[in-house]
Amino acid sequence: MALLEIDDLSVRFATNDGEVQAVNHVNLSVEAGETLGIVGESGSGKSQLSFALMGLLARNGRASGNVRFDGQQILNAPPKVLNRIRAEKIAMIFQDPMTSLNPYMRVSDQMAEVLTLHKGMSKKQAVTEAVRMLDAVKIPDAKGRVRLYPHEFSGGMRQRVMIAMALLCRPQLLIADEPTTALDVTVQAQIMTLLADLQREFGMAMILITHDLGVVAGSCERVAVMYGGRIRETGPVGPLFAEPAHPYTQGLLHAIPRINQGGDELAAIPGSPPNMTQPPAGCAFEPRCPYRREGCDSQRPPLEVFAPDRARACFAPLPDVLARRQTVHLRDIEIGAEDPVEEEATPMAAIAGAGMAGTPSKVDE
Amino acid sequence: MMTKPLLDVRDLRVTFRIHREGAMPWSAPLPLHAVGGVDFTLNPGETLGVVGESGCGKSTLARALIGLVPAEGQAEWIDGRDLIGLSPRQMMKYRSDIQMVFQDPLASLNPRMTVGQIIAEPLRTHHPGLKSAEVKDRVKAIMEKVGLLPNQINRYPHEFSGGQCQRIGIARALIVEPKLIICDEPVSALDVSIQAQVINLLIRLQKELGLALVFIAHDLSVVKHISDRVMVLYLGKVMEIGSSADLFADPQHPYTQALLSAVPVPDPAHDLAGSVVPLSGDLPSPMNPPSGCVFRTRCPRAQAACAEQVPALLGQDHRTACHFPGPLTDAEIARARNTEAA
Repeated sequence: MALLEIDDLSVRFATNDGEVQAVNHVNLSVEAGETLGIVGESGSGKSQLSFALMGLLARNGRASGNVRFDGQQILNAPPKVLNRIRAEKIAMIFQDPMTSLNPYMRVSDQMAEVLTLHKGMSKKQAVTEAVRMLDAVKIPDAKGRVRLYPHEFSGGMRQRVMIAMALLCRPQLLIADEPTTALDVTVQAQIMTLLADLQREFGMAMILITHDLGVVAGSCERVAVMYGGRIRETGPVGPLFAEPAHPYTQGLLHAIPRINQGGDELAAIPGSPPNMTQPPAGCAFEPRCPYRREGCDSQRPPLEVFAPDRARACFAPLPDVLARRQTVHLRDIEIGAEDPVEEEATPMAAIAGAGMAGTPSKVDE
Repeated sequence: MMTKPLLDVRDLRVTFRIHREGAMPWSAPLPLHAVGGVDFTLNPGETLGVVGESGCGKSTLARALIGLVPAEGQAEWIDGRDLIGLSPRQMMKYRSDIQMVFQDPLASLNPRMTVGQIIAEPLRTHHPGLKSAEVKDRVKAIMEKVGLLPNQINRYPHEFSGGQCQRIGIARALIVEPKLIICDEPVSALDVSIQAQVINLLIRLQKELGLALVFIAHDLSVVKHISDRVMVLYLGKVMEIGSSADLFADPQHPYTQALLSAVPVPDPAHDLAGSVVPLSGDLPSPMNPPSGCVFRTRCPRAQAACAEQVPALLGQDHRTACHFPGPLTDAEIARARNTEAA
């Protein structure tokens, strides 16, 4: 049995502009010790998916479906049950360490709070344990710095404090929501290496939510690609990057400039992501898809297994998609820039999680 | 004969005066050298990428070039005029030649103005004599050029997505037909698929209009893709500058090498942990920079000489500010890893 089993999870937000379907019928599982990457752009629902697991949805959000952790149903569980699971079994780290740490509390106090609350330790024991954990995340002079306030740390150090705090109760699963998006590449490399080391040391599973395919390639075993609130493709990281079987995955991989190879023009994906207050009747990627065919705009492709451990949601025949993988070029699919088409102007305010790539989503009530 | 550069920057310095925390109100403020003596030239039609970690002075440099923060030193425009220290009235003439595109696409657009008004504003400022109908025609033409629909002219910024807002920002910069556009992290707030659209647009416009670009970004892959030459900054100083191909293929400065090694590669076969050269510690405070070479406190190759002398930026086309340039050896990389682990 998998450590975490997500079964038909949907998340809806009631807003003034109508219901936002942030996450739609997602099935996923995470084995103990495994790293699962969830990739997607702003508004793809990747963050809301993790908030739903942890019971952290905004007040106007509703989650439905089944989520079992270690056999126990946790979706929409009462706070009493969730409070025992959060931090002790599942911990979470967020994108911006400055806004997730309490600026008024010393690091020692906020870290000790976790242990006194969950483990019933005395304050003194708890601080000793906190220092041990700060040592484990390689904060130099942990003993002296534990008395500092969050603003006295640099961005990378703050993220280390967050990680240390998340690991205090030795959780079995760590959800990392864009843990390095706010950091410089040099610091990002340090944090990702640290996370990999700690994961091995503590034997935890990790869900890494990110928009950066480079980060996913470097640290995940399995990947789920989300678009428009649905999973478009899942599979082990190697085959998925080598032979992306969904047009969107393919588009994403073509659209990023690479440092290890030259290139001429980038193959941009034309158009813009769908407005999830009025989700399209068919496949949400259809308006931007170079492989679109009849029926794509009226029916939603189901997520189907096509090879061992790999699945995709697309009507285009697999051989077609794979064959054009190399030859797909800008000329074929570029429409956005050359001749402007009437795009569904998606007001930024209307998308759940609208905003910058990787910002934690907020939905106004 | 070499062509005359569009912009020739020599020893550009930006110093902020900061009041110490807890100090007496009458005590003298301390200097913070955000940009500490930067030299570079920019040729017409060329793209210069500027990279570095946060706090290295990339954005301050951009703002200094356009006169948004007071600077010292020299920045000679192609007509021989020094742009530094010009009065706002004198600068006005050059503002239409040098335009800027900002990072946050939505925040840099006035929410109470329509797209048409936003794009027309620079035109009305710099060419007050134009007739309304003519302004409108030019706005529509430029909207089409950047991939916006002319019939969206009366909409407000909030009705557009992030990528479209950035197109509006680009249109606003282009309408006065500048020779140089300074792009301060123009794509870092955008999603991958949209980012590629905006980069392609910038490259296409540059070719069509013969624009020079100063392209500031922290994403090295993007900079490599778009730039002809790249400048690496650290604590307000140039560490290395060279053609994009040279600098990425054969970085000489230890800092550039560390920076490049940390870039995640979207290929599962790439072993980041095995190739990254870690930098120990944090960026030193710009209030109190290290003596000699500013990078020496984190450099795996630092020696006694590095603390004493500031290295000059040496070389012909590919210039490096390092006493001991050259590729890092395996032993040095191993040493860097050990210091990091300790």
